[in-house]
Amino acid sequence: MPIFSKKHDLIARALAAFVAVGALSGIAAYTYFSHPKVIDVGYQPKQPVPYSHKLHAGDLGMDCRYCHNTVEKAAFAAIPPTETCMNCHAQVKPESPYLQPVRDSYATGKPVEWLKIHQLPDYVFFNHSAHVTAGVSCVSCHGRVDQMIEVKQVEPLSMGWCLECHRNPAANIRPAELVTNLAWQPDRDPAEIGREIIAQKKIAPPVNCSGCHR
Amino acid sequence: MSLVQIETKALTGRKYWRSLNELSGTPAFREWMVNEFPGGAELLDGASRRNVLKLMAASFGLAGLAACRRPEGKIVPLSRGVEDLIPGKSYYYNTVFTQGGSAVGLTVEAHDGRPTKIEGNRNHPQSLGASNGYAQASVLNIYDPDRSAEVLKGGQVSSWAEWDQFASQKFTAGSLGRGAGLRIVSESVVSPSLSEVRKSLLAKYPEAKWVEYEPFSNENAIAGTRLVFGQPLQAHYHYDKADVVLSLDADFLGIDSGSPLSTKKFSKKRRSAKPEDEINRLYVVESQFSVTGAMADHRIRSKASDIDSFASALARELGILSELNVLGSADKVQKILMALVRDLKKNAGKSVVIAGPRQSARVHALALMINQALGNIGTTVTFTQPLASPEAKAFADLVGELNAGSVDTLVVLGSNPVFTAPVSLKFSDALKRAKTVVHLGAEKDETAVLSSWHLPLASYLESWGDARSVDGTVSIQQPLILPLNNGRSALELTAQIAGYKDQKGYEIVRNYWTSQWPAAEQEARFRKALHDGVLAGTAFAEVKVSADPKRVALPAATAKSTQVEVVFVPSWSVYDGRYTNNAWLQEAPDPMTKLVWDNAALISKATADKLKVVDGQILKITVGGQSLEIAAMVQPGQADDSITIAAGFGRKQIGRVGQGTGFNAFEIRVSGDAIQFASDVSNTGKTYQLVTTQEFHSMTEPKLMDAIEPKTRPIVREATVEEYRHHPDFAPHMVHAPDDSIYGWFDYSEGNQWGMTIDLNSCIGCNACIIACQSENNVPVIGKEEVSYGRSMHWIRLDRYYTGDAEDPQAVIQPLSCQQCEAAPCESVCPVAATTHTPEGLNDMTYNRCVGTRYCANNCPYKVRRFNFLNYHKEMVDIEKMVSNPNVSVRMRGVMEKCTYCVQRIQEAKIKAKVEGRRGELLKDGDITTACQQVCAADAIVFGNINDPESRVSQEKKQPRNYALLAEVNTRPRTTYLAKLRNPNPELVEHHG
Repeated sequence: MPIFSKKHDLIARALAAFVAVGALSGIAAYTYFSHPKVIDVGYQPKQPVPYSHKLHAGDLGMDCRYCHNTVEKAAFAAIPPTETCMNCHAQVKPESPYLQPVRDSYATGKPVEWLKIHQLPDYVFFNHSAHVTAGVSCVSCHGRVDQMIEVKQVEPLSMGWCLECHRNPAANIRPAELVTNLAWQPDRDPAEIGREIIAQKKIAPPVNCSGCHR
Repeated sequence: MSLVQIETKALTGRKYWRSLNELSGTPAFREWMVNEFPGGAELLDGASRRNVLKLMAASFGLAGLAACRRPEGKIVPLSRGVEDLIPGKSYYYNTVFTQGGSAVGLTVEAHDGRPTKIEGNRNHPQSLGASNGYAQASVLNIYDPDRSAEVLKGGQVSSWAEWDQFASQKFTAGSLGRGAGLRIVSESVVSPSLSEVRKSLLAKYPEAKWVEYEPFSNENAIAGTRLVFGQPLQAHYHYDKADVVLSLDADFLGIDSGSPLSTKKFSKKRRSAKPEDEINRLYVVESQFSVTGAMADHRIRSKASDIDSFASALARELGILSELNVLGSADKVQKILMALVRDLKKNAGKSVVIAGPRQSARVHALALMINQALGNIGTTVTFTQPLASPEAKAFADLVGELNAGSVDTLVVLGSNPVFTAPVSLKFSDALKRAKTVVHLGAEKDETAVLSSWHLPLASYLESWGDARSVDGTVSIQQPLILPLNNGRSALELTAQIAGYKDQKGYEIVRNYWTSQWPAAEQEARFRKALHDGVLAGTAFAEVKVSADPKRVALPAATAKSTQVEVVFVPSWSVYDGRYTNNAWLQEAPDPMTKLVWDNAALISKATADKLKVVDGQILKITVGGQSLEIAAMVQPGQADDSITIAAGFGRKQIGRVGQGTGFNAFEIRVSGDAIQFASDVSNTGKTYQLVTTQEFHSMTEPKLMDAIEPKTRPIVREATVEEYRHHPDFAPHMVHAPDDSIYGWFDYSEGNQWGMTIDLNSCIGCNACIIACQSENNVPVIGKEEVSYGRSMHWIRLDRYYTGDAEDPQAVIQPLSCQQCEAAPCESVCPVAATTHTPEGLNDMTYNRCVGTRYCANNCPYKVRRFNFLNYHKEMVDIEKMVSNPNVSVRMRGVMEKCTYCVQRIQEAKIKAKVEGRRGELLKDGDITTACQQVCAADAIVFGNINDPESRVSQEKKQPRNYALLAEVNTRPRTTYLAKLRNPNPELVEHHG
């Protein structure tokens, strides 16, 4: 009598199929759940200060560059020092309990530790100034921040997403003076305006690796 | 049909080799040649491959889980803004770097408050924009976790407060009286404000003495001027005006240079733009094969102690000395001497004769008298007043006073005399006789452990000061960061002891200078000095001198000795021991021996045979009753019966990096002389592993070596000036470049197209580019053991080739980094497209995409790709990471890396142009300099747009001696080489039939 009967063949096959299906679905699940679209979009951490972009940038109409003043000059759109907040809040709502961490920081010199929402990997060298001066609006990557009470990530910021625009930027190019006008609605096709600006400014976004990876 | 066709009857079809093993084709060399990365993964930390795989499987599992949680990042802005400070932008400040009494002006790049990259200051007359390896690597020193960070009192941790209390009692309560018991030892004082504070100290303690001590000084050179001109002078040699240069044991392009200026000047006259150009001619007489010797058109191998005879013979032939020509030895030397005499006479007023710091005052005096006889003084050789120069006698006197017990308090400022002092003085014993020894030093070194107080020294990047360079120009030493280890500068400590009116470094320096200026100009002038990095109008005036040769009383010539001589030289990597804990310098291969992490007793083949010793065997060398056991290394070109030892290694009280590196030459440096004689040299039979990179990354084709008629590829190409004139395109014609493709070539005729030329005729092989690249590109340091496996990580390497006689060869140095091939063999084999081409002709390397198959490295004919076998960066502690350039990815284990023409600098310039509204325009020539180009004192490396016919690189590529390396394999590299030229004396050219 053989040690293994035909039944064992069946079991072995079923087992192999089970393992294969399991492995494949594992890979599929991993690929899906680890994609920035799933992991990163919607990320909305609780900040140490309940600062509302809707109030400041939307309702009060402050320009993004009042706080993020280095955006046209440097790779980083700097988060402002506490001093910038206190320029107004020394007079405006000086007693508000929400602003206690800001006043503490100003008094002690210790920084406010904001949580980073739009976080690129260390091997990506994104430069704000190159984009903003080309006429890429804040809204293209950050969404309608002027309508967000608490900021969240709305775009995946994945490489594929970046490259879509780098290959075909027209829809995201507007006159440079309008980049911080998040509500801008042109009366004709924005891509058409974009194409005109691209031709005029000779905008040619890099699509080779060292454009972003160094 | 074979694609590779080597024309055998090439003009300079001579054989080049990089080691004696290669010359004789030993099996060991063949193995290196065939396996770029010999020894495989079984070397992984001793763990078996199986275990590693298991671990890897486990960590993959964990990685999968960990990836689901998003790492939390923080943005931490300042509480109060700093005007003009933009986070993430680099800022540049001018400052000054001092070593061994030489000051070089620097421009230092800072990222968010951290100094990260050193460059030469273009305004500084000793730098002119270039710098050297020491300056480049000095930035690593401030992030050294083993740097002294605590005040030690009797070896126990103390504090500055306790020291201040002690100092106030000691130095203000009058316990020192008139200072008869106070002695201060420092390095050469080249700081005007320190001199001022010293003056006030000596006014407070009139009987105190201040001794300057340097283990390697220019005392003999200054003594030479005193002999000839009756006054101490600093000589300046203008190689840019000299057609003939004779070096008597002076490595003026290398370790004896002190600043990049001599190389700048020399290479100006060496450069050839077209075949008709005249270039200078260099004669070198030396014992050790130096980089200056490698540049030489005629090199005479001579014991260092015999150079006196050579100089005397030369002086005799020029009618300066009446003594007999004692040379007479080998006919060959006599023949060269006579040709040299005629050459010098022909170029009277346009020549330079320079003696090296190791030679006696007599040789220096002879060199000066020869210069005077040739009419060079005032044209190619000028003089200024010298900077204060340390004298060995003053230090010996101090030891005498210590031994006599008359010294109460000894203050050692920023040097390590216990390690570097001549052994016969027994300084460490003498030191113990002083009641109080105060040591201000950057390390807990040999002097620190014997001192009653050890105080941490602030680096030049952390403290205010100033320095005068040899030509007199003053620069303000401007700090870029607060002292990381709470150190103080020598200036501040001296001010404390002196009770000087200002106590803070900034106030001392600022007030010292501004008090000399009208009140209304003070602020503006000081700011301008900081901005420019030099104080205008501070250079010394030229001192016009002339001597009557008959009145010069020369000391008697030293008799030739048959004994084996030992020559002590500062090390290329650790200098006098101050950089022993600097990993960048330790890992940069010595320019000639290619040794890493060690020194060795360099001997000639004949001497090795006589001593029956081979590479790596340990010799016992006895000098004046002191002996040292040190590994021997046979060095082609070394003089017979002459041993050269680089000092500074073998330190005992040292941080983790320098632990166990090399042998301490100071143990047998009995007196302060650089040349001494060994009473006995014997082979102990013990062995030591010396690691040299000279056989790494060979581009020799094994098949060609095994052919019936062995041929080597023409990798370095050279010709004499004469040959070049007759065959201007000799270099590109040495091989047949096929230049055809089955795919068709990509069109690179539009836009910026990056390219580079490296002029082999200018490159002196000084290593500065290696360290500049390491600093700019976050190249890891891997240690001696890893290097021994052939894993060195430098993106640019300097291949040193010998040619000619195995005992007395010529040398050529070839810098090699990624050639950025248009038809890159690495790209076609990458399975994950991690290495790809850009439309601007760069061979991109995308680290985050690389999976580490190493196929690319296997397919690279130039062997310029480097693989991270281990996580070299991960083991760094936080403070070490501060030196990294934030604009370049730090690579992890399993990732291939290589030169990218500093793509981060290219991108920065391009983004700058975009922001300034210059989109779509070509970048201006000079907008981008690569790190290696910027540091190069010889201006051998030129980078730019080859599509711009006006760019410097395009001009260089038009030269007929421009050739592509390994063009026969059809890679179309963007980096090309300009062939080396030699300018031998026509009288000495041997004509082969």
